[in-house]
Amino acid sequence: MYAVTRKLAGQVFQRMEGHLDVVFGHAANPIRHMGALVFFFFWILAATGTYLFIVVDTGVVVSYQSIAALTGWSFGGVTRSLHRYASDAFLLFAVLHLLREWALDRYSGFRWYSWVTGVPLLWLMFASGIGGYWLPWDRLAQYSAVATAEWIDWLPIFAEPIARNFQSPDAVTDRLFTLLVFLHIGFPLFTILGAWAHVHRISRVDHFPSRALALGGGGSLLLLALLRPATSSSPADMTQAVASVPLDWFVLFIHPLTEHFGAGLMWLTLFGLTVLLLALPWLDRRARVPVAVVDPPNCNGCRRCYDDCPYGAVMMLPHPDKARREIAVVDADYCASCGICVGACPSSTPFRRQEQLVTGIDLPASPINQWRERLESWLALPAPAIPRIVVFGCDRAVPLAALAAEATLPLSLTCVAMLPPAFVDYALRSGADGVLVTGCRPGSCHYRLGSVWTEARLSGARPPELRSEVARERLQIFWADAHEAHSLRTALEQFREHLQDLPLSSVTPAFRRRSNIHVHQSV
Amino acid sequence: MSISPSNASSTSAPGLPKPLAIAGQVFFYGAFIAFIGYFSSNPRYEHLAPDKALLKISLAHFGDRECRKRSPEELAKLPRNMRNPMDCPRGRSPIRLEVDLNGVPLVQHTLKPTGLSGDGISTMYRRVELPAGEHKLAVRMNDNEREPGFKYVKEEVVNLKPGQVLVVDYNPDHGGLFFR
Ligand code: HEM
Ligand code: SF4
Ligand code: SF4
Repeated sequence: MYAVTRKLAGQVFQRMEGHLDVVFGHAANPIRHMGALVFFFFWILAATGTYLFIVVDTGVVVSYQSIAALTGWSFGGVTRSLHRYASDAFLLFAVLHLLREWALDRYSGFRWYSWVTGVPLLWLMFASGIGGYWLPWDRLAQYSAVATAEWIDWLPIFAEPIARNFQSPDAVTDRLFTLLVFLHIGFPLFTILGAWAHVHRISRVDHFPSRALALGGGGSLLLLALLRPATSSSPADMTQAVASVPLDWFVLFIHPLTEHFGAGLMWLTLFGLTVLLLALPWLDRRARVPVAVVDPPNCNGCRRCYDDCPYGAVMMLPHPDKARREIAVVDADYCASCGICVGACPSSTPFRRQEQLVTGIDLPASPINQWRERLESWLALPAPAIPRIVVFGCDRAVPLAALAAEATLPLSLTCVAMLPPAFVDYALRSGADGVLVTGCRPGSCHYRLGSVWTEARLSGARPPELRSEVARERLQIFWADAHEAHSLRTALEQFREHLQDLPLSSVTPAFRRRSNIHVHQSV
Repeated sequence: MSISPSNASSTSAPGLPKPLAIAGQVFFYGAFIAFIGYFSSNPRYEHLAPDKALLKISLAHFGDRECRKRSPEELAKLPRNMRNPMDCPRGRSPIRLEVDLNGVPLVQHTLKPTGLSGDGISTMYRRVELPAGEHKLAVRMNDNEREPGFKYVKEEVVNLKPGQVLVVDYNPDHGGLFFR
C-alpha cells in the first residue's frame, strides 16, 4: 500500500517533469531543480533581508511605522514585497523538494544523510517565516504572535505563560522586539548552515538554477512584487482582538489548524511527523547492494572515477604498489553502488585481451566482465536479416526486458553511466548494426549525474570519450523515464528503420582476436 | 548524433517550436505568480466572529507560604548569619480561583505552584469568547489554602464592545485583582 502510493506519486512527478521538459528544456525545468530553487529563494531572502535590516527600526511603535512605510513601487516597497514572496516560494519549494525526493524513492540507504539533515531545515524555515510576520507589528503580527504564544504555552516549558507578554499594550516592550529581530536573523542563519551540511556529502551539487530558471523564478517574484506590493494592516492593538486577517497560508497555516484541532494534537502531529520522517530511511530498509571495489593492479590513479562519482565516495590515496601513483579508495558509507565509476575507468575497455575483463573499479553484484560476455555471446549468434541493435539502459528507467528479440539485445546496467563508452565502439566492431543508449532523462537520474555524464562522454566532451572514428549514425541516445516504455519502443523501431538504409555490419567481431574465446550460447 | 528520434540534449531536443515554448513558460510562470500571489493573503481567515468579544483570564502569582515566627530560644540556637525571625518552608500554597460569568461558574480551578519543590509561580491563562454586550463578572481568588474563604474578590458589570479584549489579572500594585 505504502509502496504503491509512493510509486504513483513518483509517476506523477516524472510525468509532470516530462511535460515541463518540453516547455522549459531540462536545464530550466523547475521541478528538476527544486533544491537549487530553494537555495536561490534563500539568497533573495538574504539580500532583501539585509536591506530591510538596515532601513527598518526596531521598537514597538517604530517597527510598525518604518515597515508600513515600505510599500508600493518604491525601492523599499519592492524589496519588502520580494522578501515576502520569496519566503512563500522558499517554503513551498522546500516542501515540494521533500515530496519529490520521497516519491522518487530517494531517501533510504546511502541517502539517509541527505534526508535526515533535510528534516530539521523545515522547522528552522517555518520558525524563520512565522517570526518574520511579527516584525511589522500590525494586526496580522498580533494574531500570529498571540496564536504562537498560546500554542507554545501548551508545552510545559515556561513557568509563566509567554502569552502574557502579549496581553496588554504595556506588556509588549522594545526589548521583546530586539529579541524577535535577533531570532529572525538567527533562524535563517541556522537554516543556511544546515543546508550546507545537507548537501556537503554529495559532489557537484545543483545548488544554483540555470540562468533561464533563475531569470524565470526571480522575474516572477519581482513581477508579483510590482503587481501586489506587500502592505501592513492597521497597527497591533492588544486591547482589541483580531477578528479577521489576510493570512499568508504558506507560512501561517499552522495557526488555523491549531485553533481547529487544538494545541496538543498539533504538537503531537508535528513531533510525530518529524520522528517518522527521521526514521523513514530505516523503516523502509532494503537489502544493501555491495559497494564498488577497487582492484589495485588495474588502477593507475587517473582520478576519473573520483571526478565522476556523484556522491563523493571515492578518495585518492598513495598507491600501495606503484611508486608516485595514486589509487582510488571507496568509502562504503557514501557509495551508492551506481557503477558510474566503472563507466569512467579507462581499464573498463572491453578491447583488452584478458579472458576475464578486470577493471580498476567494479561493482561486485554486476561486474563489467559479465556485460562483455553477454554482449559477445549474443553477437556470436547467427545474424538475422534485419539490423541488430544493442540497447544499453538502466534499472531505474524503462524496464528493458520486454525489448529482447532476435535483433535486439537489451542490457540493463545499474545506471547507464556504468557504460564505458568503448563498449559502444566494441559492439559496433563486433557485429552490432546500431547501439541505442537510454536511461532516465537528465535531471531525473536516480544517481543524479548518470545521464549527463553519459551524454558528455559519448559526445566527446568528457573523458572517457567515445572515439571520434565511431560511426555516429549508428549510435542513438534516447532518454526515457520509467513510464515512457512506449516512446522508447517507437524510438527503437525508428532507429532500426534508419539503420536499414545503411549496409549491414560485416565486420570480423573484435573479440575473435582474443585467443580461445569461449562464447556462451545462452543469453 | 544526427539522426531523427534522438532526444539527447546535445542534439536539438524534440521540444516545442520556440514561440510555443515561450507561451508555455509564460503560462506556467503566470500560474506560479497567481498561486503565490493569491494564497499569500487569501482567503481571509476569520479568527473571531464580528459580534464576539474576548475574555482572557491570565494570572501569574506566587501563592502564600506558611511562615512561622521563631521563638527567641530557637533563634539563639541558630548561627548568627541565619537568624531570620521567620521560618518559611520552600513550598507555596496553591491558588484557588473562581470566575462566574453572569452568575454561572466559568472557572473553578486550583492553580498548583510550578517548580519541582512547589516553590514556583502559579499561573493560569485561559481565553474565552463571549458575545459582545453586558456581562456580570465575578472573580474570587485565595492564595493561601489554610485560610477559608476568598481574600480577593472583584465583581463588576462590564460592557464589552465587539472585538474588545478584557483581561482578568492580578497585580498587588494595581490593588489586587483587576479587569482591563
Ligand atoms: C533549506 C531547505 C533545503 C535545501 C536548500 C535543499 C537543497 C538541496 C540540494 C541543492 C540538493 C542537491 C540536489 C542535487 O544536486 O541533485 C538536495 C538533495 C537532497 N535533498 Fe534537499 N534541500 C532542502 C531541504 C530538504 C528536505 C526538507 C528534505 C527531506 C527531508 C530534503 C531531502 C533531500 C534528499 C534526500 C536529497 C538527496 C538527493 C540525492 O541524493 O539524489 N531536502 N537538497
Ligand atoms: S558506485 Fe557510484 S557512488 Fe559508488 S564509488 Fe562508484 S560512482 Fe561513486
Ligand atoms: S578510474 Fe579506474 S584507473 Fe582511474 S583512478 Fe579510478 S579506479 Fe583507478
